[in-house]
Amino acid sequence: MKSNLFPSIRLTLVCLAFFCGIYTCAVWAVAQLAPGQGNGLTMNSEGKSYHINIGQAFNSDKYFWSRPSAVDYDAAGSGGSNYGPTNPDHLSEVEARINNLLKYNPNLSKAEIPSDLVTTSGSGLDPHISVQAANIQVDRIAKIRGLSEKKLQQLIVSNTEKALLGLFGTERINVLKLNLELDQLDKN
Amino acid sequence: MNTEILGVILMYATVVALAIPLGRYIGKVFNYEKTWLDKIFNPLDKLFFKLSGINPGNEMTWKQHLVTLLTINGFWFIISVFVLTNMSWLPLNPDNNPSMSWDLAFNTSVSFVSNTNLQHYSGETSLSYLGQLILMLWQFISAATGIAICAVVFNAMKERTTEKLGNFFSYFVRSCTRILFPIAFIGAVILVFNGTPMTFDGKDSIITLEGAQQNISRGPAAAFISIKQLGTNGGGYYGPNSTNPMENPNYLTNIVETVFIFLIPISLVFALGFILKRRKLAIMIYGVMTAGFLCLVIPTIYFEMNGNPAIAEMGISQNMGSMEGKEVRFGSAASAYWAINTTNTSNGSVNAMHDSLTPLSGMFTMLGMMINSFYGGVGVGFINFYVFIILAVFIGGLMVGRTPEFLGKKVEAKEVKIAMMIALLHPLMILGGTALASFLYAGNPEAYAGWLNNPGYHGFGEFLYEFCSASANNGSGFEGLGDNTPFWNISTGLIMLFGRYLPIIGPVAIAGMLASKKYIPESAGTLKTETSTFGILVFAVIAIVAALAFFPALTLGPLAEYFSFCVAN
Repeated sequence: MKSNLFPSIRLTLVCLAFFCGIYTCAVWAVAQLAPGQGNGLTMNSEGKSYHINIGQAFNSDKYFWSRPSAVDYDAAGSGGSNYGPTNPDHLSEVEARINNLLKYNPNLSKAEIPSDLVTTSGSGLDPHISVQAANIQVDRIAKIRGLSEKKLQQLIVSNTEKALLGLFGTERINVLKLNLELDQLDKN
Repeated sequence: MNTEILGVILMYATVVALAIPLGRYIGKVFNYEKTWLDKIFNPLDKLFFKLSGINPGNEMTWKQHLVTLLTINGFWFIISVFVLTNMSWLPLNPDNNPSMSWDLAFNTSVSFVSNTNLQHYSGETSLSYLGQLILMLWQFISAATGIAICAVVFNAMKERTTEKLGNFFSYFVRSCTRILFPIAFIGAVILVFNGTPMTFDGKDSIITLEGAQQNISRGPAAAFISIKQLGTNGGGYYGPNSTNPMENPNYLTNIVETVFIFLIPISLVFALGFILKRRKLAIMIYGVMTAGFLCLVIPTIYFEMNGNPAIAEMGISQNMGSMEGKEVRFGSAASAYWAINTTNTSNGSVNAMHDSLTPLSGMFTMLGMMINSFYGGVGVGFINFYVFIILAVFIGGLMVGRTPEFLGKKVEAKEVKIAMMIALLHPLMILGGTALASFLYAGNPEAYAGWLNNPGYHGFGEFLYEFCSASANNGSGFEGLGDNTPFWNISTGLIMLFGRYLPIIGPVAIAGMLASKKYIPESAGTLKTETSTFGILVFAVIAIVAALAFFPALTLGPLAEYFSFCVAN
């Protein structure tokens, strides 16, 4: 034990210097070459800066809504609901969200509502919704903003992010980007 | 075919395609053969040994290996507790996060030094950047500990009689510099180019499109996330782990992070084939592990893509599957696939909330941890599997009336006793812990109301999952459990300690004792261990010893939940 103790302590310090020092600084240095310089991906719109990968809450009628969030899109304390699939509190929340959607989108039928729009994400910061979740909101937004449904549908198509290489994963829409373009469309 | 399923197939194909060459490389590293990276790493390793005052040529017996391992791990634990309880005044704390309480620091230190990464805290609010970096150090070197001790077992399995099994420090440093460091670096670079933060600045603050203020946690995340995936550590930089879009920004990073979970565990099985020059044995082991993995992953993907029956009843569309606790950019198939990857290995990172998985998927994740050797954690996964091989050799020998022998060494009473104790330790800790928690809760449900986020059978599942995760050194959780209390911090802390070190000590002792025995060449009377028949026997031993022991507990939790809600409706 004794003969191992000092080599162990010294080896630990060498590892500390190597991994916390050299490895960390090397990754940091490479990050300076990456888009966003290691500060997360941002985009600018009308002089304001937004984090593309971090979802935002959209509650007003004139925007496409994002998914419900267990932490109200708090990006300094992210998290999910951790509700079990059969928890009565969870099921009544989902029920309430369905009713809320039906209330604000009167022409909507229940069977059209996709599950992602009435459930919370794991991080509470999901920046995306499914294509279906955007489509069912077109009617409401078109009426409120006085835009044609066709234009909005085109906006959704142009904002649909395909599966990776068209082959792997899900199709989805970044709600923040969609809403920024929606504002642009409304201005023109 | 469905693009979500194709993505899953791609991830598995990629990891196997990478594991074959990596296994050959790891084999060379531990056989001290030449590799093309020697030009960089030979001088680096020499520097490590020189600065540490270590003679890497000094061979050790199995007992010396274990003493060395425990000494160095004990020292890490002490530093870890010191840093975590003093973060508030130490440097690199731009968000002014507080120091940890002693019980949380105990739990977190054991958790990271033992390669578990069970987290009873949330990274954004509970750790300074220094705390994160120290935990990242344990992620590297606890993984290297597992790989190094696995290399000792490989060495002991060679065809010869010896007491000397190489130098622990040498295996350890080689694991750090030649295996973990280069791969983790590549992973971190991919992550930063896809938007994962790597900065020493504090939180960002923006105004959302609707005019609200949103604070965004950042930090040196990419370096941390890469190794937590690669070293089967799993501790997230952010509270909700790889569901967080900073930690796992898109489907490409999700592929990389998922591939990293299995990469080294599978490579080590192939490395065994190269080191012992027994390809057939490696294929048998890989085959059993893969069969077990498929039995768990296929139904899980099916159930998650099918959606939650209780929500289907409300009449909405579940084309995307069960989406509670999942992210749209991954979808339900890739989330289910990750869930089984992370629980079969002792990784424990998540890209969807396991508490919200449908009942049977939750059960399959628990089964993965209960068995804990279908690929398993880096190094320790194979060591767990080795115990089952010894048991299968013994049972097989009894069944056919042949002397139990494994790789030319007689397996005798002492080895089998140790193997059996180690195999039973895991059920004892999981079931004992769950029984204790249930007893306390049932006796005084109001006092412990904060423990459970979900009522009924699922709540019992939260207890069961937590102890599975601690004992298997997994680290994931049914995170609804209110686990930052002294009871949970201490009980799971102790279980992580026993669950890490006893299953290392036992198999290393077995391997060491076998290595010192006389080598008997194979004869007609030897039970062949490289055949598919023997593979089936190992599988049966795992199913009986590991899985069936837990069946009663599973019927009280996820199975009861499934039959009472999902089938009844």
